Amino acid sequence: MSKDNAVTVKNVYKNYGETEALSDMSLDFPRGELTSLLGPSGCGKTTLLKIIAGLLPATSGEVIVNGQIVKEPGPDRAFVFQDFALLPWASVIRNVAFGLELRGVVKSERESIAQKYIGDVGLKGFENSFPHELSGGMRQRVGLARALSVDAQVLLMDEPFSAVDEQTRRKFQEDLLNLVKNENKTFIFVTHSIEEAVYVSDQIALLLPRPSRVSEIIRPTSFKNKDVDSIRRDSEYLDIVDRIWKSLRTYVK
Amino acid sequence: MKLFGYRLPAMSSLILWGLLWEVFGRLEVTYFIPSLSAIFDTFLEIAPTKVFIKAVSETAYAFLAGTFYAVVIGVPTGILMGKNRIIDELLLPWVNMFLSAPLTALVPVLMVLFGFGMKSIIIITTLFAIWIIILNTRAGVMQINRSLVDMARSFGAKPIDAFFKIYFWAALPEILGGVRIGFIRAVKGVIIGQLLISIVGFGALFELYSSNFLMKHFWAVIIVLFAMAFTISEILAFFERKVAYYASKRG
Repeated sequence: MSKDNAVTVKNVYKNYGETEALSDMSLDFPRGELTSLLGPSGCGKTTLLKIIAGLLPATSGEVIVNGQIVKEPGPDRAFVFQDFALLPWASVIRNVAFGLELRGVVKSERESIAQKYIGDVGLKGFENSFPHELSGGMRQRVGLARALSVDAQVLLMDEPFSAVDEQTRRKFQEDLLNLVKNENKTFIFVTHSIEEAVYVSDQIALLLPRPSRVSEIIRPTSFKNKDVDSIRRDSEYLDIVDRIWKSLRTYVK
Repeated sequence: MKLFGYRLPAMSSLILWGLLWEVFGRLEVTYFIPSLSAIFDTFLEIAPTKVFIKAVSETAYAFLAGTFYAVVIGVPTGILMGKNRIIDELLLPWVNMFLSAPLTALVPVLMVLFGFGMKSIIIITTLFAIWIIILNTRAGVMQINRSLVDMARSFGAKPIDAFFKIYFWAALPEILGGVRIGFIRAVKGVIIGQLLISIVGFGALFELYSSNFLMKHFWAVIIVLFAMAFTISEILAFFERKVAYYASKRG
């Protein structure tokens, strides 16, 4: 069965001067699914994500999102940042509505949309708080609400949970599974955590460095429809985690 | 500050120095330093006079106009320098040169170019204030969190939006710091302008009082000027503290 792809990366190269960050990278991202880019540091996963976002130009090759070649950032994609990238001088509601503000949506309308997503991510009552008054986990919820509120088809997440503590992180991962299930969006998720990638992904692209390439694509099957509590005890889950670690261990110093 | 377990009121040191001055003045050691209370009486005496009010308004006008241009030109220039490598390379040597140059030496040139009037005084005031405002704004923009810039771009910010909604606000703590120092320098600029270009405003009063050895009057004007500069500085420091909470949260 051939799947409909929301994002296609075709023969992308990226050089920084002499250094080859990405070399002949090709990858498909099926619509409505979550694909993880997993790999050791220096494998170019964040570079690839930024090229898909249109924040970095590829040296050659192309990225196609919904049939359109990517040249710059567009309303079909929204980005969730590792360090949250919130405006420290703006309230939660203004931060969440900021993407809409930049698109020229009038204040009353964008605030009512923001209000909805603030509720969805569980921050009701914090609309008028400022980022420095929130915990790391809550700040990332603001970042997530901001990305959701522009209603982009593709959500690009750059290690979104790496700056939050372990417990918050687990909660986030569960919420993300529900999000993928309920929102009909395509998620591209960069992470360096093997467990996290296997837990949340429909498809895992294992990237290896020097030169950066897709070494393997793994699609977990058996535990995808189980409830969030039993995934970590599923034998396929454990096998995949093991297998990925075996591929990666030689690259980790 | 605490001394022997007692909490000292704010600006205690000023009170202490004021008392010393008062005692020194009453001892009548030198004609040039009258007592503080006598200076204050003189101030009350001259404050309602037409000459004094005219001097205050002329000085205030030149100061406000000069600092207005310094901010309105300096802040955008600083932002552009912080954002754009080429503009930075072009302008930075000039900004550094003018920051440390003895601007007073430029006064004759300004007089030739812009005449002996208020225009030249305003320009010299601007010149005293603007460079530090540019440099501070530039520094504020350069330390901006890259992912804020990426964020704005990824949500489709136009350059003008990025300028006013990201760069300006991100650099605001440094901008206010620069504006505060710039305003203090502008006080110097306005007085130097009034002394050297045309004898108006406070400059005229200084000239009048010192050449007639009216020391109480002279000191009264100095203290008024000091109080004005201090007040401006404190007001700006207040705003600086208001945004300090996020200055430390960046990066």
